[in-house]
Amino acid sequence: MAVDLLLETVALRKEFGGLVAVSDVDFTIPRGSIVSLIGPNGAGKTTFFNMITGVYKPTDGRVIFDGEDIGGKPPHAATERGIGRTFQNIRLFQQMTALENVLVGMHSRLRGHIVPSILGLPRVRREEREARERARELLEYCDIPGHEDDYARNLAYGDQRRLEVARALATRPKLLLLDEPTAGMNPQETLEFVDFIFKLREDEKLTILLIEHDMKLVMGVSDRITVLDYGEKIAEGQAQDVQKDARVIEAYLGKAAVS
Amino acid sequence: MSSRRSGGRVYNGLWRLLEGIGLKNARTRWESQPPWLQRAVPPLVIAAIVIGVAWASGVTPDSGAIGLLVICYALYLLPRRIRRYAIPGTILALAILYPLLIQQTNYQRFLFTVPVFNSFPTIDTMVLIAVFAMMAVGLNMVVGYAGLLDLGYVAFYALGAYTAAWLASPHAEPIGGNFVLGGVGIPEGVGGIHVSIWIVLLAAAIVTAFGGIVIGLPTLRLRGDYLAIVTLGFGEIVAEVARNGDKETLGFDLTGGPPGINPIDPPGFGVWLSTHLGLPANFLEKSGTYINFTSLFYWSALGLLLITIFCSIRLRDSRLGRAWIAIREDEVAAAAMGIPLMRTKTWAYASGAFFGGVAGAWYGSFKQGVFPDDFYFGISVFILSMVILGGMGNVWGVVAGAAFLTYLNFEGLANISQWFNTHVLPCNAISQDPGKVVSGGCVNAPLVSTGIYGAIIVGVMLLRPEGIIPERRRQLEFETGVHDEPLMDVRHAAEE
Repeated sequence: MAVDLLLETVALRKEFGGLVAVSDVDFTIPRGSIVSLIGPNGAGKTTFFNMITGVYKPTDGRVIFDGEDIGGKPPHAATERGIGRTFQNIRLFQQMTALENVLVGMHSRLRGHIVPSILGLPRVRREEREARERARELLEYCDIPGHEDDYARNLAYGDQRRLEVARALATRPKLLLLDEPTAGMNPQETLEFVDFIFKLREDEKLTILLIEHDMKLVMGVSDRITVLDYGEKIAEGQAQDVQKDARVIEAYLGKAAVS
Repeated sequence: MSSRRSGGRVYNGLWRLLEGIGLKNARTRWESQPPWLQRAVPPLVIAAIVIGVAWASGVTPDSGAIGLLVICYALYLLPRRIRRYAIPGTILALAILYPLLIQQTNYQRFLFTVPVFNSFPTIDTMVLIAVFAMMAVGLNMVVGYAGLLDLGYVAFYALGAYTAAWLASPHAEPIGGNFVLGGVGIPEGVGGIHVSIWIVLLAAAIVTAFGGIVIGLPTLRLRGDYLAIVTLGFGEIVAEVARNGDKETLGFDLTGGPPGINPIDPPGFGVWLSTHLGLPANFLEKSGTYINFTSLFYWSALGLLLITIFCSIRLRDSRLGRAWIAIREDEVAAAAMGIPLMRTKTWAYASGAFFGGVAGAWYGSFKQGVFPDDFYFGISVFILSMVILGGMGNVWGVVAGAAFLTYLNFEGLANISQWFNTHVLPCNAISQDPGKVVSGGCVNAPLVSTGIYGAIIVGVMLLRPEGIIPERRRQLEFETGVHDEPLMDVRHAAEE
């Protein structure tokens, strides 16, 4: 059975000094799917995430994205190849407007360099104009219209979350990594966000990797779920299987819950 | 809420006073007047009071001062749309006309003396202001835009000046370098390399930008304080190389050692351009009343400064400028958005260095020589102070900061202490010791200039941390970053 894999990690490992944060994790994301990574606090989810996006250099193992080993490459290289991400604690450019935030996201897709920019060559001007146009469309698509000239820090919390997604989409990703995107959202906002994720997959043909705490959300949207605990993969499969898995219940609720 | 009402207690008090002396409903009647009238009258009232007081105390306002006030008032009356262009245009026009105004034999007819500060700066000082403003704008790209603290900017200044010295002086004669490309003012029978100043400026800029990349590549991996320390070190290295790069130490004469390199060729457009376009062939040969070598230096420096400002603004609004600001805001997020950190930071460094090099080369040809004692750590701090004082990130603020501090350094402090000595202190000029800060009842402020700049910076940090003309973003940061936003607008509620 040959599944078209967009991302594959082989025995991916990260040690901080003596602590093994992620221990030899094999993990795959088929193209076009929504895959979730869950686990209790400190399970190594974000470390794993950071290795895929190039923030951390893996101690060992490989990250194969779209047929190419990108393990240990810097973050901008991962972004150029088509990995877009959001952050667990919102990391927008607070002192830039919503539109500028999205434009920064387009950085690797624009060409204008130093001398042509100073001279204001027609090619650069046209590119800038088109980029702005596209940035506006993205803001609209992510449901934050009318705020393009507002500073990111002045946006409402939910708008900031959506702006992070808009900024990540501006990098033209093939794979979108969402790090706890619904943290701090109320149930209504979370429901809307789930719809938004499905819309993304439909419209943009995106593959999505989700890190989540909110079990209900994860169970509802994921094609497949992987559970990490103490840096190790303890379960993998479809929602209902993972839910029944004894090790998962133990990891989340403690030993007493299993027996 | 109208800005007028929040304008404050003085305004309210004024109306209460007028109504108190019997003008019934003065306020409502005034506020029902057409807006242009409401805008036009108050400055006239204030001006009338000020001029009246001045007259009463025996000061005759100069025609120049009145002219300037009239220009300001005219600008004030223009509609906002036109004013946006008219104000910079007027400032530029005054800057261009400045040598014609100040070099009048009858100074008082066209210009005027300002209390405390005395007369307007000389053109020599204005050239230095333009040079330092260029450097401040260059440093602003590194510190203001990209947020990289650089304490060794003097290295680029020095490198630019020395490149000018290498390419336009008899310095290379002993090692057999003989090459002339458009250089002017070369004495008979003197060898060496003599390249036209305009090519030298570009060459110096490119050499310095390359120097910026060489320094940047190993250092820009560091962040914050560590970067500052390493750049400081590089600044010192360049200064030391300049001081010691002579024959005894190196085996060949690179920098001329402590006495430096001089003379550097004067700028000029050469004979061909002079006969065909009427441009001055050699700046030093011009000695007219108005158009002489200092004013030519000044106009060229002004032109270079305008180019620098233009490039700086274009860069800020470009893809690269956005990337710099993003890095300043959040490096990790910037990298995750596809911005290559090292490359982008190095570009910031190189761009800043580029303009530092131009300024250095122009300074070298203005002083007609380079001297290693001109390039010391204090200069780096001085330029950084201009950026901080003016408003990090805002080009206009930085230029204003540079103008103010350079003026203080070369003229202002001396003028101010002189004013204190004649008007405030019991100064006896004969018993004054020029080597002491306070002696014979007199002060000599330029001796403690560094301390004064320090005090100014501390004052700015306490009272207006975002600088004189802040960048829009930074102002936001300082305004909302410190105070909490009230849930409802409590201030207005309290005022009612």
